[in-house]
Amino acid sequence: MFPRLATSWVIFRISLEERLVYRGDFALGAVMRFLPIVTQIFLWAAVFAALKAQGAPQRPEIVGYTYDNIIAYYLLVMITRMFSSMPGLASGIARDIRDGTIKKYLVQPIDMVGFLLLYRVAHKLVYYAVAGAPFALLYYLCRDYFGGWPDAATMTAFIASLFMSFLLGFFLEATLGMTGFWLLEVNSLLFVYMLLSFFFSGHMFPIDMLPGAWGTVVKLSPLPYLAYFPAAVFLGKVSDQELHWALWLQLAWLLFFIAASRAVFRFGTRRYSGYGG
Amino acid sequence: MAVIEIEGLAKAYRVYQKKEGLAAAIGGLFRRQYRMVEAVRGIDLCVDQGEFVAFLGPNGAGKTTTLKLLSGVISPTSGTARVMGFVPWRRENAYRRRFALVMGQKNQLWWDLPANESFRLHQQIYRIDRQQFDRTRDELTGMLGVGNLLRQPVRELSLGERMKMELIAALLHSPDVLFLDEPTIGLDVVAQYNIQNFLKHYQQSRKITVLLTSHYMKDILALCHRVVIIALGRIIYDGSLAGIVDQFGGHKVISLQMLNGHVPDQLDRYGELLSSEPPHIKLRVDRGVVPDVLANVLANHSVVDVSVEDPPMEEIIAAMFRRIKDEG
Repeated sequence: MFPRLATSWVIFRISLEERLVYRGDFALGAVMRFLPIVTQIFLWAAVFAALKAQGAPQRPEIVGYTYDNIIAYYLLVMITRMFSSMPGLASGIARDIRDGTIKKYLVQPIDMVGFLLLYRVAHKLVYYAVAGAPFALLYYLCRDYFGGWPDAATMTAFIASLFMSFLLGFFLEATLGMTGFWLLEVNSLLFVYMLLSFFFSGHMFPIDMLPGAWGTVVKLSPLPYLAYFPAAVFLGKVSDQELHWALWLQLAWLLFFIAASRAVFRFGTRRYSGYGG
Repeated sequence: MAVIEIEGLAKAYRVYQKKEGLAAAIGGLFRRQYRMVEAVRGIDLCVDQGEFVAFLGPNGAGKTTTLKLLSGVISPTSGTARVMGFVPWRRENAYRRRFALVMGQKNQLWWDLPANESFRLHQQIYRIDRQQFDRTRDELTGMLGVGNLLRQPVRELSLGERMKMELIAALLHSPDVLFLDEPTIGLDVVAQYNIQNFLKHYQQSRKITVLLTSHYMKDILALCHRVVIIALGRIIYDGSLAGIVDQFGGHKVISLQMLNGHVPDQLDRYGELLSSEPPHIKLRVDRGVVPDVLANVLANHSVVDVSVEDPPMEEIIAAMFRRIKDEG
């Protein structure tokens, strides 16, 4: 147990060091995260202004979301995306398979998926540390959009769903990347995934806005748990009854993708041809 | 004691046959043609502990595929292999802690960090005792003369320096078996020589088992006593370097230095005239008639100096590869 922990620590430490090498790229990446929220604020301000112009009440709502709710939702989605998005993970794995770099994980006594998970945790932590202060300032400035802090139980559920969203995002994308053992080129698959994720994770709009059966089907998929669900929990948009089964469903999807990533790695390496010399 | 035992090992790949042109590319979306490529066709091999064995063969002969099989990177189509008692493609950690694979064309170190950071990671991954690690690292960096480069990012090292660091990373855990796939590819002659010297000294002092593939005959000549020649996925020769000359070198080269720079006519009646730069002449002569040719030349011409040599090893092997290719 102890040697494994020590190994994990060294992987984590070296990943941290590596992340800090390119300061310019890193700083730019951190700052650019804020841009989409600005466009969303302008967009929804225009939508609600149009509603008022058409004679809507003083505080119009769209599927239960006021203007303040919507802005708070996007601010929270920004946080959940910070946890669940895995830039370059799937495409990096597929590239390693295609050019043969993956061999190093096969010949060394190391678990590739575990290694990549630690690497990703390190990168995320560095990002949170750097982006923490600007984010805190942003949320302080936007505090009026929120209706205060949720109660302890809701906060606990929010943190649990946020934590699971990170792991779900990681194992889902790792599984997609490892389909490269069969497909070699996964860019199109990733494009489809990104497209679906953009709409159905709640990145573009709250999933509640999807009508009838569509909303139900999407809520049963893993995608809303990458962005919508933690934000909706924080805002109190999820009923107690729904919260329980949704948390269980999120856990079930997480376990499914952990198992799927293991299986895909196992079967994929069996058919691997060791490309690239 | 046998460290590597291979029986009937075979590996076939299914390779997509893409036709030229846009229409064929669109057609390929619906129907594809595949061809089975038999990279390794049932080879048998036994390597004892402490041997330094060279794998020779033309491109696509199956050398690297064999190393990939033995290091567990890929699984075979059929056959068995055991390395130190382990089945490689099961990838047990106990096995992976006892061998190393170095590929001249692949970088295993962290690109943006100093090599020392990668070494630290290897220390943990391979569970190397800290004192042992420090001792081994210092010894290896000293032998390869890269001790002053440990804190320099890998991306800023020259190719030769990087290769030395790759070797150090591979040897930190003191592997019992080392697979080297073209470790000197792309290096200049000085770097090649340094790495050859290092490998020779390291292997002799540790008595580890090494399998080496290389296209540089100088690597083979400097390091290996035993040579395994693979062509078209089969082993066609397994023996000493000298044996290659006996078995496949059908001729010798006679070098003559003529008196007063005079080059007589019709020297080609003795054999193939390779070069004529008065007073020096080189003749290629069948091995069986070398004594007769020498006797005739010395009896009929004024010769100051004479030497009989085997043709260069590269030439013998290239001729052998050509013959194998022609025979299919």
